[in-house]
Amino acid sequence: MDVTVNGVPREVLEGTTLQQLLSELHITPTRVACEVNLKIVKRAHYPELRLAEGDAVEIVQMVAGG
Amino acid sequence: MPLRSSRWWPVDKPLEIAGKTYRSRLIVGSGKYKSFSLMRAALEASQAAMVTVAIRRINMDRSAGESLLDYVPPGMAVLPNTAGCYSAEEAIRTAHLAREAIETPLIKLEVIGDPKTLLPDVEQLLVATRALVKEGFVVLPYSNDDPITAKKLQEAGAAAVMPLAAPIGSGQGILNALNIRFIQEIAKVPVIVDAGVGTASDAAFAMELGVDGILMNTAIAEAQNPVSMAEAMRLAVQAGRLAFLAGRMAKKQYAAPSSPIEGVVR
Repeated sequence: MDVTVNGVPREVLEGTTLQQLLSELHITPTRVACEVNLKIVKRAHYPELRLAEGDAVEIVQMVAGG
Repeated sequence: MPLRSSRWWPVDKPLEIAGKTYRSRLIVGSGKYKSFSLMRAALEASQAAMVTVAIRRINMDRSAGESLLDYVPPGMAVLPNTAGCYSAEEAIRTAHLAREAIETPLIKLEVIGDPKTLLPDVEQLLVATRALVKEGFVVLPYSNDDPITAKKLQEAGAAAVMPLAAPIGSGQGILNALNIRFIQEIAKVPVIVDAGVGTASDAAFAMELGVDGILMNTAIAEAQNPVSMAEAMRLAVQAGRLAFLAGRMAKKQYAAPSSPIEGVVR
């Protein structure tokens, strides 16, 4: 099925969880934050949140800035 | 600042924001360094209370790379910002992401109104401040150097007010010292001059006005030697603070001799 991750279209397996998506992307889930369809997902819920067709996922981290 | 026992030494209270005390009156940014290791050396030299960071989409091609946070010296608080946000809505969203990512209630709230000057959109800044305070954030709003805006931000529940000295990254120093003084008079929360200082004398001058702290990034990161400048800024903030506490002499129009006028050998 098709989802969007940080604005980029991506195909994932049916029933993929947020945790699985992060691991596919080699992202350690500490010190990142995730939104699905503009709603923040608490880190503890990553393993149980199953993505649906058309979901817009945002994954952010801290970068250098003033 | 070491506390000394002699009655002649000034005793200063540490900077306190939202009930938490900090070891320094300097807050620094993490942007514009050539490498994380150079940034770390500058942060260490600054001995700053906090370091600001931005929130951005993770780079999916290089996501396994190093984290900036690994280069923050121990004991230095991390202050996420909402840089790049042009509306209250964007800034509120970014603040929530920051809180989720690193579990801090602190947010340096920036709502920018114009890309050329990076001056704040005061109306949106107030909207975002009110909303985030209600949601339990410790809001540190970056604002223009207007006393009335500072008053309104304080009434909205901001934990500090952060008027700019000059536009972000411009290094022009304090452009309106009178307004900074007026803000200092009005404020019941800490006043932190945020943005625009260029060199150590600017930082000392700001502290001599009686503000509680200074936030800077480019003045250190774009110095020829950022580590030396970080050390200079640390000393300037301390020197300016001490001069403020000491109380400067009155200015006079004409000279006043420092040596006796009697008894000169002729």
